[in-house]
Amino acid sequence: MSANSSLRNRFERGLSAPICLTWELTYACNLACTHCLSSSGRRDPRELSTSEAKALVDEIAAMQIFYINIGGGEPMIRSDFFELIEHAVSRHVGVKFSTNGTRIDAVAARRLSSMDYLDIQISIDGADAATSDKIRGVGSYASARRAMDHLRDANFGQFKISVVMTRESIEQLDEFEALATSYGAELRLMRLRPSGRGVDVWDELHPTQQQNRDLYHWLLERPNVLTGDSFFHLSALGAPLEGLNLCGAGRVVCLIDPVGDVYACPFVIHDEFLAGNVRDAGFQNVWSNSSLFKSLREPGSPGACVSCGSYDACRGGCMAAKFFTGLSLDDPDPECVFGHGEEALATKRLQIIPKPSPDHSRRTSVSIGAR
Amino acid sequence: MDPEVTEEVVEEQSAPESTELLVEEVSIDGLCGVY
Amino acid sequence: MIDASQCAFDAREPWHLSPLVSLRDEEFGAMAYHHGNRRLVFLKSRKLVDVVRELHEHESADAAIDALVGDDDHAQYIAALASLAKSEVLCVG
Repeated sequence: MSANSSLRNRFERGLSAPICLTWELTYACNLACTHCLSSSGRRDPRELSTSEAKALVDEIAAMQIFYINIGGGEPMIRSDFFELIEHAVSRHVGVKFSTNGTRIDAVAARRLSSMDYLDIQISIDGADAATSDKIRGVGSYASARRAMDHLRDANFGQFKISVVMTRESIEQLDEFEALATSYGAELRLMRLRPSGRGVDVWDELHPTQQQNRDLYHWLLERPNVLTGDSFFHLSALGAPLEGLNLCGAGRVVCLIDPVGDVYACPFVIHDEFLAGNVRDAGFQNVWSNSSLFKSLREPGSPGACVSCGSYDACRGGCMAAKFFTGLSLDDPDPECVFGHGEEALATKRLQIIPKPSPDHSRRTSVSIGAR
Repeated sequence: MDPEVTEEVVEEQSAPESTELLVEEVSIDGLCGVY
Repeated sequence: MIDASQCAFDAREPWHLSPLVSLRDEEFGAMAYHHGNRRLVFLKSRKLVDVVRELHEHESADAAIDALVGDDDHAQYIAALASLAKSEVLCVG
Protein backbone atom coordinates (compact mmCIF):
# COMPACT_ATOMS: atom_id res chain seq x y z
CA MET A 1 0.00 0.00 0.00
CA SER A 2 3.00 2.27 -0.36
CA ALA A 3 1.48 4.41 -3.10
CA ASN A 4 -1.67 4.87 -1.09
CA SER A 5 0.37 6.12 1.83
CA SER A 6 2.31 8.51 -0.40
CA LEU A 7 -1.01 9.86 -1.61
CA ARG A 8 -2.07 10.21 2.01
CA ASN A 9 1.14 12.10 2.78
CA ARG A 10 0.53 14.46 -0.13
CA PHE A 11 -2.98 15.16 1.06
CA GLU A 12 -1.88 15.69 4.64
CA ARG A 13 0.37 18.52 3.45
CA GLY A 14 -2.58 20.16 1.76
CA LEU A 15 -3.34 20.93 -1.88
CA SER A 16 -3.43 24.19 -3.83
CA ALA A 17 -7.20 24.10 -3.63
CA PRO A 18 -9.65 21.81 -1.85
CA ILE A 19 -10.78 18.73 -3.76
CA CYS A 20 -14.28 19.62 -2.64
CA LEU A 21 -15.75 21.69 0.12
CA THR A 22 -18.89 21.82 2.20
CA TRP A 23 -20.95 24.95 1.89
CA GLU A 24 -23.76 25.51 4.34
CA LEU A 25 -26.11 27.81 2.49
CA THR A 26 -28.25 28.82 5.43
CA TYR A 27 -28.63 28.34 9.16
CA ALA A 28 -32.40 28.34 8.69
CA CYS A 29 -34.06 24.97 9.08
CA ASN A 30 -37.58 23.70 9.32
CA LEU A 31 -36.51 20.80 11.51
CA ALA A 32 -34.64 20.77 14.82
CA CYS A 33 -32.64 17.56 14.84
CA THR A 34 -31.22 16.89 18.28
CA HIS A 35 -27.68 16.24 17.01
CA CYS A 36 -27.43 19.03 14.40
CA LEU A 37 -23.75 19.60 13.71
CA SER A 38 -24.35 23.22 12.72
CA SER A 39 -26.81 24.07 15.53
CA SER A 40 -29.18 25.28 12.84
CA GLY A 41 -32.72 26.59 13.10
CA ARG A 42 -32.71 30.39 12.82
CA ARG A 43 -31.54 32.19 9.70
CA ASP A 44 -28.58 34.48 10.31
CA PRO A 45 -29.37 37.98 9.00
CA ARG A 46 -25.79 38.30 7.72
CA GLU A 47 -26.17 35.39 5.27
CA LEU A 48 -24.39 35.77 1.96
CA SER A 49 -26.64 37.45 -0.59
CA THR A 50 -27.48 35.81 -3.90
CA SER A 51 -24.86 37.86 -5.70
CA GLU A 52 -22.21 37.16 -3.06
CA ALA A 53 -23.04 33.47 -3.29
CA LYS A 54 -22.76 33.48 -7.08
CA ALA A 55 -19.42 35.28 -6.87
CA LEU A 56 -18.25 32.59 -4.49
CA VAL A 57 -19.34 29.93 -6.99
CA ASP A 58 -17.34 31.75 -9.67
CA GLU A 59 -14.27 31.71 -7.44
CA ILE A 60 -14.78 28.01 -6.70
CA ALA A 61 -14.97 27.35 -10.43
CA ALA A 62 -11.84 29.39 -11.11
CA MET A 63 -9.94 27.42 -8.45
CA GLN A 64 -11.13 24.23 -10.12
CA ILE A 65 -12.62 22.88 -6.92
CA PHE A 66 -14.32 19.83 -8.33
CA TYR A 67 -17.58 19.85 -6.44
CA ILE A 68 -19.38 21.45 -3.55
CA ASN A 69 -21.34 19.65 -0.86
CA ILE A 70 -24.25 21.90 -0.07
CA GLY A 71 -25.98 21.69 3.28
CA GLY A 72 -27.21 23.90 6.06
CA GLY A 73 -29.65 24.10 7.93
CA GLU A 74 -31.99 23.06 5.17
CA PRO A 75 -30.51 24.44 1.91
CA MET A 76 -33.75 24.17 -0.07
CA ILE A 77 -35.30 26.77 2.22
CA ARG A 78 -33.25 29.48 0.54
CA SER A 79 -35.44 31.10 -2.10
CA ASP A 80 -32.45 31.24 -4.48
CA PHE A 81 -31.56 27.57 -3.97
CA PHE A 82 -32.20 26.49 -7.57
CA GLU A 83 -30.62 29.64 -8.95
CA LEU A 84 -27.42 28.92 -7.02
CA ILE A 85 -27.12 25.26 -7.87
CA GLU A 86 -27.90 25.91 -11.52
CA HIS A 87 -25.19 28.57 -11.53
CA ALA A 88 -22.73 26.06 -10.09
CA VAL A 89 -23.48 23.29 -12.56
CA SER A 90 -23.37 25.74 -15.45
CA ARG A 91 -19.80 26.48 -14.38
CA HIS A 92 -19.10 22.73 -14.30
CA VAL A 93 -18.79 22.69 -10.52
CA GLY A 94 -20.42 19.48 -9.35
CA VAL A 95 -23.13 19.86 -6.72
CA LYS A 96 -23.95 17.29 -4.07
CA PHE A 97 -26.56 18.51 -1.66
CA SER A 98 -27.82 17.16 1.62
CA THR A 99 -31.48 17.67 2.52
CA ASN A 100 -34.17 16.51 4.91
CA GLY A 101 -36.42 16.08 1.88
CA THR A 102 -39.31 18.22 3.13
CA ARG A 103 -39.03 20.49 0.09
CA ILE A 104 -38.76 17.77 -2.54
CA ASP A 105 -42.21 17.45 -4.02
CA ALA A 106 -43.01 16.08 -7.48
CA VAL A 107 -42.22 19.39 -9.18
CA ALA A 108 -38.88 19.84 -7.42
CA ALA A 109 -38.00 16.21 -8.10
CA ARG A 110 -38.56 16.71 -11.83
CA ARG A 111 -36.52 19.88 -11.84
CA LEU A 112 -33.67 18.16 -10.02
CA SER A 113 -33.85 15.19 -12.36
CA SER A 114 -33.32 17.45 -15.36
CA MET A 115 -29.98 18.67 -14.02
CA ASP A 116 -26.56 17.26 -14.67
CA TYR A 117 -23.55 17.27 -12.35
CA LEU A 118 -25.94 16.92 -9.40
CA ASP A 119 -26.11 14.40 -6.56
CA ILE A 120 -28.60 14.31 -3.73
CA GLN A 121 -28.37 12.94 -0.22
CA ILE A 122 -31.50 12.49 1.90
CA SER A 123 -30.93 12.37 5.66
CA ILE A 124 -32.69 10.03 8.07
CA ASP A 125 -31.68 8.78 11.51
CA GLY A 126 -33.50 5.49 11.67
CA ALA A 127 -34.94 2.82 9.41
CA ASP A 128 -38.44 3.60 10.65
CA ALA A 129 -40.35 6.61 11.97
CA ALA A 130 -40.16 5.40 15.56
CA THR A 131 -36.37 5.53 15.55
CA SER A 132 -35.73 8.42 13.18
CA ASP A 133 -38.37 10.84 14.45
CA LYS A 134 -36.91 10.72 17.97
CA ILE A 135 -33.98 12.68 16.60
CA ARG A 136 -35.51 14.55 13.69
CA GLY A 137 -39.07 15.25 14.82
CA VAL A 138 -42.51 13.82 14.27
CA GLY A 139 -43.33 13.38 10.60
CA SER A 140 -39.73 13.85 9.43
CA TYR A 141 -39.20 10.22 8.43
CA ALA A 142 -42.40 10.19 6.38
CA SER A 143 -41.27 13.39 4.62
CA ALA A 144 -37.92 11.88 3.78
CA ARG A 145 -39.55 8.77 2.35
CA ARG A 146 -41.91 10.91 0.26
CA ALA A 147 -38.90 12.76 -1.12
CA MET A 148 -37.28 9.47 -2.06
CA ASP A 149 -40.49 8.35 -3.75
CA HIS A 150 -40.68 11.60 -5.73
CA LEU A 151 -37.06 11.23 -6.87
CA ARG A 152 -37.72 7.67 -7.94
CA ASP A 153 -40.91 8.63 -9.78
CA ALA A 154 -39.10 11.45 -11.56
CA ASN A 155 -36.33 9.05 -12.64
CA PHE A 156 -33.69 11.07 -10.87
CA GLY A 157 -31.36 8.09 -10.87
CA GLN A 158 -29.17 7.07 -8.00
CA PHE A 159 -29.44 9.25 -4.88
CA LYS A 160 -27.88 8.66 -1.47
CA ILE A 161 -29.53 7.86 1.83
CA SER A 162 -27.45 9.31 4.64
CA VAL A 163 -27.65 8.11 8.23
CA VAL A 164 -25.73 9.21 11.30
CA MET A 165 -24.69 6.24 13.41
CA THR A 166 -26.18 6.54 16.87
CA ARG A 167 -26.60 3.94 19.58
CA GLU A 168 -30.05 3.24 18.13
CA SER A 169 -29.59 3.55 14.38
CA ILE A 170 -26.50 1.36 14.48
CA GLU A 171 -28.77 -1.59 15.33
CA GLN A 172 -30.60 -1.19 12.02
CA LEU A 173 -27.76 -1.60 9.51
CA ASP A 174 -29.40 -4.41 7.58
CA GLU A 175 -32.64 -2.45 7.37
CA PHE A 176 -30.80 0.57 5.97
CA GLU A 177 -29.15 -1.65 3.40
CA ALA A 178 -32.53 -3.05 2.39
CA LEU A 179 -34.05 0.43 2.19
CA ALA A 180 -31.26 1.65 -0.07
CA THR A 181 -31.57 -1.44 -2.25
CA SER A 182 -35.31 -0.91 -2.60
CA TYR A 183 -34.70 2.52 -4.14
CA GLY A 184 -31.55 1.60 -6.02
CA ALA A 185 -29.94 4.21 -3.79
CA GLU A 186 -26.48 4.33 -2.24
CA LEU A 187 -26.21 4.05 1.51
CA ARG A 188 -24.00 6.49 3.38
CA LEU A 189 -23.28 6.02 7.08
CA MET A 190 -21.72 8.91 8.98
CA ARG A 191 -20.00 9.16 12.32
CA LEU A 192 -21.84 11.04 15.06
CA ARG A 193 -19.62 13.77 16.43
CA PRO A 194 -20.20 15.88 19.54
CA SER A 195 -20.46 18.93 17.26
CA GLY A 196 -23.13 21.61 17.33
CA ARG A 197 -26.14 20.32 19.24
CA GLY A 198 -24.46 16.92 19.10
CA VAL A 199 -22.58 17.87 22.22
CA ASP A 200 -25.83 17.68 24.22
CA VAL A 201 -26.71 14.16 23.09
CA TRP A 202 -23.24 12.71 22.64
CA ASP A 203 -23.07 10.82 25.92
CA GLU A 204 -26.37 9.06 25.38
CA LEU A 205 -26.19 8.58 21.61
CA HIS A 206 -22.62 7.73 20.63
CA PRO A 207 -22.21 4.03 19.84
CA THR A 208 -20.72 1.68 22.39
CA GLN A 209 -17.32 0.13 21.77
CA GLN A 210 -18.97 -3.16 20.89
CA GLN A 211 -21.32 -1.47 18.46
CA ASN A 212 -18.36 0.28 16.82
CA ARG A 213 -16.57 -3.04 16.43
CA ASP A 214 -19.65 -4.63 14.90
CA LEU A 215 -20.04 -1.67 12.53
CA TYR A 216 -16.41 -1.95 11.47
CA HIS A 217 -16.84 -5.60 10.51
CA TRP A 218 -20.14 -4.90 8.76
CA LEU A 219 -18.48 -2.15 6.72
CA LEU A 220 -15.47 -4.29 5.83
CA GLU A 221 -17.81 -6.71 4.11
CA ARG A 222 -19.55 -3.94 2.21
CA PRO A 223 -17.04 -1.72 0.40
CA ASN A 224 -19.94 -0.26 -1.60
CA VAL A 225 -21.43 1.40 1.51
CA LEU A 226 -20.17 4.99 1.69
CA THR A 227 -18.83 6.48 4.90
CA GLY A 228 -17.27 9.79 3.92
CA ASP A 229 -14.14 8.32 5.48
CA SER A 230 -15.72 9.25 8.81
CA PHE A 231 -14.84 5.99 10.55
CA PHE A 232 -11.11 6.06 10.00
CA HIS A 233 -10.65 5.89 13.78
CA LEU A 234 -12.00 2.33 13.55
CA SER A 235 -9.27 1.32 11.11
CA ALA A 236 -7.07 0.65 14.12
CA LEU A 237 -9.08 -2.55 14.46
CA GLY A 238 -7.42 -4.19 11.48
CA ALA A 239 -7.58 -3.84 7.71
CA PRO A 240 -8.25 -0.21 6.78
CA LEU A 241 -11.73 0.81 5.70
CA GLU A 242 -12.41 2.35 2.30
CA GLY A 243 -11.16 5.87 1.88
CA LEU A 244 -7.97 7.70 2.65
CA ASN A 245 -8.24 7.12 6.39
CA LEU A 246 -7.15 10.57 7.28
CA CYS A 247 -8.56 13.87 8.46
CA GLY A 248 -9.07 16.14 5.48
CA ALA A 249 -9.88 19.28 7.44
CA GLY A 250 -8.00 22.31 6.18
CA ARG A 251 -5.97 20.10 3.88
CA VAL A 252 -8.22 18.81 1.11
CA VAL A 253 -11.63 19.99 2.33
CA CYS A 254 -13.11 22.75 4.46
CA LEU A 255 -16.43 24.41 5.31
CA ILE A 256 -17.87 27.73 4.17
CA ASP A 257 -20.74 28.71 6.44
CA PRO A 258 -23.82 30.82 5.59
CA VAL A 259 -22.13 34.10 6.55
CA GLY A 260 -18.94 33.35 4.65
CA ASP A 261 -16.86 32.12 7.56
CA VAL A 262 -14.39 29.43 6.60
CA TYR A 263 -13.84 26.59 9.07
CA ALA A 264 -11.54 23.59 8.86
CA CYS A 265 -14.54 21.27 8.45
CA PRO A 266 -18.30 21.19 9.18
CA PHE A 267 -17.76 19.47 12.51
CA VAL A 268 -15.67 22.23 14.05
CA ILE A 269 -17.85 25.31 13.79
CA HIS A 270 -16.05 27.17 16.56
CA ASP A 271 -13.67 30.14 16.75
CA GLU A 272 -10.78 27.78 17.46
CA PHE A 273 -11.10 26.39 13.92
CA LEU A 274 -12.11 29.55 12.09
CA ALA A 275 -9.69 30.28 9.27
CA GLY A 276 -11.13 33.53 7.92
CA ASN A 277 -14.07 34.96 6.01
CA VAL A 278 -14.64 35.05 2.25
CA ARG A 279 -15.92 38.63 2.49
CA ASP A 280 -12.46 39.89 3.46
CA ALA A 281 -10.48 38.96 0.36
CA GLY A 282 -12.19 35.96 -1.18
CA PHE A 283 -11.94 32.26 -0.50
CA GLN A 284 -8.64 31.51 -2.27
CA ASN A 285 -6.90 33.92 0.06
CA VAL A 286 -8.22 32.11 3.12
CA TRP A 287 -7.39 28.67 1.75
CA SER A 288 -3.82 29.60 0.86
CA ASN A 289 -2.84 32.03 3.60
CA SER A 290 -4.75 31.22 6.77
CA SER A 291 -2.42 30.51 9.66
CA LEU A 292 -4.85 27.89 10.99
CA PHE A 293 -4.72 25.94 7.73
CA LYS A 294 -0.96 26.27 7.50
CA SER A 295 -0.62 24.72 10.93
CA LEU A 296 -3.03 21.89 10.06
CA ARG A 297 -0.84 21.12 7.03
CA GLU A 298 2.27 20.70 9.19
CA PRO A 299 3.09 17.07 9.97
CA GLY A 300 1.20 16.11 13.11
CA SER A 301 2.71 14.55 16.16
CA PRO A 302 1.20 11.48 17.80
CA GLY A 303 1.05 13.17 21.21
CA ALA A 304 -0.41 10.75 23.71
CA CYS A 305 -0.73 8.12 20.99
CA VAL A 306 3.02 7.91 20.46
CA SER A 307 3.38 4.52 22.12
CA CYS A 308 0.41 2.92 20.38
CA GLY A 309 1.28 0.72 17.42
CA SER A 310 -1.91 1.67 15.60
CA TYR A 311 -1.29 5.40 15.26
CA ASP A 312 -0.51 5.04 11.59
CA ALA A 313 -3.90 3.44 10.98
CA CYS A 314 -6.06 5.94 12.86
CA ARG A 315 -3.81 9.03 13.08
CA GLY A 316 -5.20 9.71 16.53
CA GLY A 317 -8.76 10.08 15.24
CA CYS A 318 -11.03 13.07 14.82
CA MET A 319 -10.20 16.64 15.95
CA ALA A 320 -13.87 17.50 16.40
CA ALA A 321 -14.57 14.48 18.58
CA LYS A 322 -11.65 15.42 20.81
CA PHE A 323 -12.29 19.14 20.94
CA PHE A 324 -15.95 18.96 21.84
CA THR A 325 -15.46 16.36 24.55
CA GLY A 326 -12.93 18.58 26.29
CA LEU A 327 -9.89 16.56 25.23
CA SER A 328 -6.84 18.20 23.75
CA LEU A 329 -5.89 17.57 20.15
CA ASP A 330 -2.99 15.33 21.04
CA ASP A 331 -5.13 13.14 23.29
CA PRO A 332 -6.59 9.92 21.87
CA ASP A 333 -9.95 10.02 20.13
CA PRO A 334 -12.78 9.69 22.71
CA GLU A 335 -13.90 6.59 20.82
CA CYS A 336 -10.42 5.10 20.50
CA VAL A 337 -11.02 1.41 19.84
CA PHE A 338 -8.55 0.44 22.55
CA GLY A 339 -10.27 2.54 25.19
CA HIS A 340 -7.44 5.06 25.49
CA GLY A 341 -9.89 7.89 24.87
CA GLU A 342 -12.13 6.83 27.72
CA GLU A 343 -9.08 6.72 29.99
CA ALA A 344 -8.12 10.24 28.92
CA LEU A 345 -11.67 11.51 29.55
CA ALA A 346 -11.72 9.94 33.00
CA THR A 347 -8.56 11.76 34.05
CA LYS A 348 -9.92 15.16 33.07
CA ARG A 349 -11.94 15.98 36.14
CA LEU A 350 -12.57 19.62 35.36
CA GLN A 351 -13.59 19.21 31.77
CA ILE A 352 -14.36 22.45 30.10
CA ILE A 353 -16.51 21.45 27.17
CA PRO A 354 -16.45 24.10 24.44
CA LYS A 355 -19.89 25.41 23.55
CA PRO A 356 -21.01 25.40 19.95
CA SER A 357 -20.37 28.86 18.57
CA PRO A 358 -22.21 30.23 16.75
CA ASP A 359 -25.47 28.65 17.84
CA HIS A 360 -28.44 29.23 15.55
CA SER A 361 -30.77 26.81 17.32
CA ARG A 362 -34.40 27.76 17.57
CA ARG A 363 -35.57 28.80 20.96
CA THR A 364 -39.06 27.36 20.52
CA SER A 365 -40.19 23.94 19.36
CA VAL A 366 -40.76 23.14 15.72
CA SER A 367 -43.86 21.66 14.14
CA ILE A 368 -43.06 19.54 11.10
CA GLY A 369 -46.51 20.22 9.61
CA ALA A 370 -45.47 23.73 8.53
CA ARG A 371 -43.90 24.02 5.04
CA MET B 1 -7.26 -5.95 -1.36
CA ASP B 2 -8.62 -2.45 -1.81
CA PRO B 3 -10.38 -2.44 -5.17
CA GLU B 4 -9.95 1.29 -5.55
CA VAL B 5 -6.18 1.25 -5.41
CA THR B 6 -4.92 0.45 -8.87
CA GLU B 7 -1.25 0.38 -7.96
CA GLU B 8 0.63 -2.79 -8.70
CA VAL B 9 4.35 -3.20 -8.45
CA VAL B 10 5.30 -5.33 -11.43
CA GLU B 11 8.67 -7.02 -11.25
CA GLU B 12 10.07 -7.70 -14.72
CA GLN B 13 13.55 -8.95 -15.50
CA SER B 14 14.14 -6.38 -18.21
CA ALA B 15 12.21 -3.66 -16.39
CA PRO B 16 13.12 0.00 -16.76
CA GLU B 17 14.18 1.82 -13.60
CA SER B 18 10.68 2.77 -12.70
CA THR B 19 7.77 0.33 -12.68
CA GLU B 20 5.57 2.49 -10.52
CA LEU B 21 2.05 3.06 -11.79
CA LEU B 22 1.71 6.76 -12.43
CA VAL B 23 -2.04 6.82 -11.87
CA GLU B 24 -3.98 6.18 -8.69
CA GLU B 25 -7.69 6.39 -8.05
CA VAL B 26 -9.08 7.86 -4.86
CA SER B 27 -12.40 6.74 -3.47
CA ILE B 28 -14.62 9.76 -4.07
CA ASP B 29 -16.39 9.45 -0.77
CA GLY B 30 -13.07 8.81 0.91
CA LEU B 31 -12.37 12.36 2.15
CA CYS B 32 -13.14 12.99 5.78
CA GLY B 33 -14.50 16.39 6.72
CA VAL B 34 -17.33 16.37 4.22
CA TYR B 35 -21.01 16.58 4.92
CA MET C 1 -19.42 2.76 -29.65
CA ILE C 2 -16.41 1.39 -27.84
CA ASP C 3 -16.87 1.12 -24.09
CA ALA C 4 -13.47 2.29 -22.94
CA SER C 5 -13.84 0.71 -19.55
CA GLN C 6 -14.20 -2.77 -21.00
CA CYS C 7 -11.73 -2.91 -23.88
CA ALA C 8 -7.99 -3.31 -23.65
CA PHE C 9 -6.24 -0.04 -24.36
CA ASP C 10 -5.21 0.33 -28.00
CA ALA C 11 -2.31 2.78 -28.13
CA ARG C 12 -2.43 2.92 -31.93
CA GLU C 13 -5.75 4.76 -31.72
CA PRO C 14 -6.04 8.50 -31.20
CA TRP C 15 -7.18 9.41 -27.69
CA HIS C 16 -8.25 12.61 -25.95
CA LEU C 17 -9.17 13.92 -22.52
CA SER C 18 -12.88 13.47 -21.86
CA PRO C 19 -14.79 16.78 -21.90
CA LEU C 20 -16.47 15.63 -18.66
CA VAL C 21 -13.15 15.71 -16.81
CA SER C 22 -11.73 18.61 -14.82
CA LEU C 23 -7.94 18.36 -14.77
CA ARG C 24 -6.23 20.43 -12.13
CA ASP C 25 -2.47 20.89 -11.98
CA GLU C 26 -0.71 20.17 -8.72
CA GLU C 27 2.95 20.34 -7.80
CA PHE C 28 3.26 16.56 -8.06
CA GLY C 29 1.24 16.12 -11.24
CA ALA C 30 -2.50 16.62 -11.35
CA MET C 31 -5.90 15.63 -9.99
CA ALA C 32 -8.59 14.62 -12.45
CA TYR C 33 -12.28 14.48 -11.57
CA HIS C 34 -14.79 12.88 -13.93
CA HIS C 35 -18.14 14.64 -13.52
CA GLY C 36 -20.01 11.78 -15.16
CA ASN C 37 -18.84 8.77 -13.19
CA ARG C 38 -17.66 10.85 -10.17
CA ARG C 39 -14.25 9.22 -10.12
CA LEU C 40 -11.26 11.05 -8.74
CA VAL C 41 -7.85 10.16 -10.12
CA PHE C 42 -4.40 11.26 -9.14
CA LEU C 43 -1.77 11.66 -11.89
CA LYS C 44 1.63 11.28 -10.27
CA SER C 45 3.95 12.84 -12.79
CA ARG C 46 4.09 16.23 -14.49
CA LYS C 47 5.20 14.58 -17.69
CA LEU C 48 2.13 12.34 -17.66
CA VAL C 49 0.00 15.46 -17.33
CA ASP C 50 1.75 16.97 -20.36
CA VAL C 51 1.06 13.80 -22.35
CA VAL C 52 -2.60 13.86 -21.35
CA ARG C 53 -3.00 17.55 -22.23
CA GLU C 54 -1.37 17.09 -25.65
CA LEU C 55 -2.85 13.72 -26.47
CA HIS C 56 -5.48 15.10 -28.86
CA GLU C 57 -2.76 16.66 -31.02
CA HIS C 58 -1.25 13.31 -31.93
CA GLU C 59 -2.47 10.62 -34.29
CA SER C 60 -2.13 7.94 -31.63
CA ALA C 61 -1.35 7.49 -27.96
CA ASP C 62 1.93 5.84 -29.02
CA ALA C 63 2.87 8.95 -30.99
CA ALA C 64 2.02 11.25 -28.10
CA ILE C 65 4.21 9.27 -25.72
CA ASP C 66 7.05 9.07 -28.26
CA ALA C 67 6.98 12.84 -28.62
CA LEU C 68 7.34 13.54 -24.90
CA VAL C 69 8.79 10.52 -23.17
CA GLY C 70 11.99 8.49 -23.53
CA ASP C 71 11.84 4.92 -24.92
CA ASP C 72 12.70 3.37 -21.57
CA ASP C 73 9.54 4.72 -20.01
CA HIS C 74 7.20 4.07 -22.95
CA ALA C 75 5.58 1.01 -21.35
CA GLN C 76 5.07 2.80 -18.08
CA TYR C 77 3.20 5.62 -19.83
CA ILE C 78 1.11 3.16 -21.85
CA ALA C 79 0.09 1.54 -18.57
CA ALA C 80 -0.82 4.93 -17.13
CA LEU C 81 -2.91 5.93 -20.15
CA ALA C 82 -4.61 2.54 -20.13
CA SER C 83 -5.56 3.08 -16.50
CA LEU C 84 -6.97 6.52 -17.34
CA ALA C 85 -8.94 5.04 -20.23
CA LYS C 86 -10.39 2.44 -17.92
CA SER C 87 -11.64 5.22 -15.62
CA GLU C 88 -13.08 6.93 -18.71
CA VAL C 89 -10.84 9.95 -18.14
CA LEU C 90 -9.60 9.40 -21.70
CA CYS C 91 -11.82 8.77 -24.69
CA VAL C 92 -10.89 7.18 -27.97
CA GLY C 93 -11.11 9.16 -31.21
